[in-house]
Amino acid sequence: MKTKVENQVALAIIRLIAILVVVILAFLLGDILLAGVPHISWHFLTAPSQSFTSGGGIGIQLFNSIYLLVLTLIISFPISLGAGIFLAEYAPKNFLTAIVRMAIEVLSSLPSVVVGLFGFLLFVVQLKMGFSILSGAIALTFFNLPLLTRNIEESLAAVPTLQREAGMALGLSKWRTVTRIILPEALPGIITGVVLGAGRVFGEAAALIYTAGQSATNIDFTQWNPLNSASPLNMMRPAETLAVHIWKINSEGVMPDANAVSAGSSAVLIIAVLLFNLLARVLGNALYRKLTASKTN
Amino acid sequence: MKKLTKIATIILASSALLVGCGKSNSSSNASAKSNSSTQVSGKITIVGSTALQPLVEKAAENFQTDNSKVNITVQGGGSGTGLSQVQSGAVTVGNSDIFAEQQSGIKANKLVDHKVAVVGMAPVVNKEAGVKNVTMKQLRDIFTGKITNWKQVGGKDQSIVLINRPEGSGTRATFEGAVMDGQTAKKSQEQDSNGTVQKMVAQTPGAVSYLAFSYIKSDIQPLSINGVKPTDANVTNNKWKIWSYEHMYTKGQPNKATKAFLNYMVSDKVQKSLVKDLGYISISNMHVAKNAAGKVTTK
Amino acid sequence: MDPIKNKIQNTSKETRQDLYGRIISYSCIILIVVVVLSIFFFVASKGIATFTINHVNLWNFLSGKNWNPAVTDDSGHAELGALPMIVGSFGVTFLAALFATPFAVGTALYMTEIASHRDEKFLQSVVELLVGIPSVVYGFIGLSVVVPFIRHHFGGSGYGILSGAIVLFVMVLPTITSMTVDSLRAVPRFYKEASLALGATKWQTIYKVILRAATSGILTAIIFGMARAFGEALAVQMVIGNNAVMPKGLFSSASTLTSVLTMGIGNTVMGTVSNNALWSLALILLLMSLVFNIIVRLIGRKGRMQS
Repeated sequence: MKTKVENQVALAIIRLIAILVVVILAFLLGDILLAGVPHISWHFLTAPSQSFTSGGGIGIQLFNSIYLLVLTLIISFPISLGAGIFLAEYAPKNFLTAIVRMAIEVLSSLPSVVVGLFGFLLFVVQLKMGFSILSGAIALTFFNLPLLTRNIEESLAAVPTLQREAGMALGLSKWRTVTRIILPEALPGIITGVVLGAGRVFGEAAALIYTAGQSATNIDFTQWNPLNSASPLNMMRPAETLAVHIWKINSEGVMPDANAVSAGSSAVLIIAVLLFNLLARVLGNALYRKLTASKTN
Repeated sequence: MKKLTKIATIILASSALLVGCGKSNSSSNASAKSNSSTQVSGKITIVGSTALQPLVEKAAENFQTDNSKVNITVQGGGSGTGLSQVQSGAVTVGNSDIFAEQQSGIKANKLVDHKVAVVGMAPVVNKEAGVKNVTMKQLRDIFTGKITNWKQVGGKDQSIVLINRPEGSGTRATFEGAVMDGQTAKKSQEQDSNGTVQKMVAQTPGAVSYLAFSYIKSDIQPLSINGVKPTDANVTNNKWKIWSYEHMYTKGQPNKATKAFLNYMVSDKVQKSLVKDLGYISISNMHVAKNAAGKVTTK
Repeated sequence: MDPIKNKIQNTSKETRQDLYGRIISYSCIILIVVVVLSIFFFVASKGIATFTINHVNLWNFLSGKNWNPAVTDDSGHAELGALPMIVGSFGVTFLAALFATPFAVGTALYMTEIASHRDEKFLQSVVELLVGIPSVVYGFIGLSVVVPFIRHHFGGSGYGILSGAIVLFVMVLPTITSMTVDSLRAVPRFYKEASLALGATKWQTIYKVILRAATSGILTAIIFGMARAFGEALAVQMVIGNNAVMPKGLFSSASTLTSVLTMGIGNTVMGTVSNNALWSLALILLLMSLVFNIIVRLIGRKGRMQS
């Protein structure tokens, strides 16, 4: 009987913990959304920001955040995919691999300030890239790499060895087994990792202050030539992201509606991350279905 | 899967290409700067003081509508960053809250100072402290830790929570220069930005700190010193002692475009409207001048 | 005869593919290692300058209790004692991990072992959403909720290690939870089925089989969480008080390596003692995360050998 009671109690405690976590999260989200949502309007989402008068929006910052995120993913995803495949499939079990793993973990625990300053001195000053989206994207890649790599490695490792053996038995090369059998199987896990990484990238401020900069230059949304300096796609323009904007108005903002803009921006950020998660999940499922079902080819 | 790897390769290649493009882009900017002999054009990079950033940013925006060939980038990073980057030549202009002479590690004689505005600062306390006026000596004793309870200066029985600025910050240098009379402040909490200090003072009972005038809102109590109120008018004749210049430093004499912009900064267009709007005091209203050593002379 | 000869003597398509794959994955991993090494080299070269150029004694740096970069002591060296910040950083990190681990493991167990599919998906989105809240926002919520709470219930100014740890607890919770979920899911199904078939209760299965099998994964999750806590700057800076003195307790204001680093870096000039000292703090941050990693690796290895 005792074990049964123990079982009940333990499971109840686990349930309670899960509920508590949901309560904490609900409180946080409620706090942010309740304060912020009333300030969100079409004008707020599209208008350029104001530095000392009220009525400013976050249009440019929002675009910058998304653009920066996309660029970061474009740079970091292929690299971490390769690295993840290496660690999961090719890495020999030796001292060198241990060092490589250690290096990746150290990279993930780097304080963002340090990465920001490293990016500032190397890209902004040394390579003369200036305060630019590109500098920011590379700095953010440093954050994203370890997270993504580790996630991809784990997702790949979670695929049963049986599948690899089956692939090998069919006479496929290891590379083909990995890319055509293991990778599609691991894709949902990888997508989750990308989302988690994207969330972190979206909210990152400290590393961007010194790399992508903290001013939003006026951009012209009718000009889509990436080489024009007013173009939204130009990668060499300084770009303040939403998270940096929140940081800036909270620390030095003098506009009368600073609190409202800050609350609204935080809410937009959370909602953006939410939408992003949903999108990624839908995409992940669709991809999984497509890639695993279309093995005939 | 071949498709996927192909896509990955394309992405890799294109990102490498774009990096390349980026580089050539900025080098063409640099060459544009060098042949700006006839017309005001070029690229100006301004880095430094976060407090000065909004003013310069807004002014730069207005300036560029009239001079479309000038490309101005304004960034924060702190006074120290501004000064060291302009000294090393990485940026065109370094914004600073303090004189270059006051910053250790900077060779001030290599830099040219352009004062663009005056900022007044005032000690602020949490509203519950019940204090509105202190003497200069009391203020100093509060920050050195000799006075630890508000009732010692006529307020409520509440212990004082000091919130200072970090060592090397421009605001702290100004405050200590005007108030501390060479004494060292007690080790205490530190916070870097005006906005955060303002929030902390507003919600922490017994808190005291100091802020630039423009951040003093209705939820905190500014202190008068020796009966003098912290107002713009009192700053212009130095009755109110805690104020400093906002500096824009260039390495040597500025080039044409930079000079045009710096002239624009001190023109009436900026001084009479923007400077006021952002809570600064116009440089042209000052009846006194202060030098790097803190000596004040009447104009 | 010829086609077969060709096939046997020449490199096969598969071998070429494999070589191609090897080259891609090896070059990616090399790139990452190069990035890490260059950051390491960069921080180290700046951080060591305090000791080589400014001649600060390393031991004094690590054990000194006074942090006054602008003040020089009797022998003409700057007064640089980083112990208060080291203690502060370790304090908030361990406390945050201590708070977060039971919550994270509990939530992860609920998600993998108890919850319905729908509940699991719901919890997962909530956890993922939490990662997206920027640290600045956490900082301000900490400032307006946690600090007054601590002040009200425990006295003092409210700023201090406990406030920092509570904010960090929420921040590292999603990291630890999602990674724990991954490692719980990686436990082979038949472990669980075998245990249940033997008549063990759900809790016995969880406690005696699943958690044991996932120990090294959970440890990694905790360390990842701690690493995030250790490196977190903006949020902690707002609630810990940034007082560079030895913390007197959980409720008096203190400072961490990152908070001092973030606040000071913009106000100091490159090449000066004050600036170099900050880089030394960054170097300590790096080395400590390295030490963390090594310890965990050892624990993980031991756990594997026993089971």
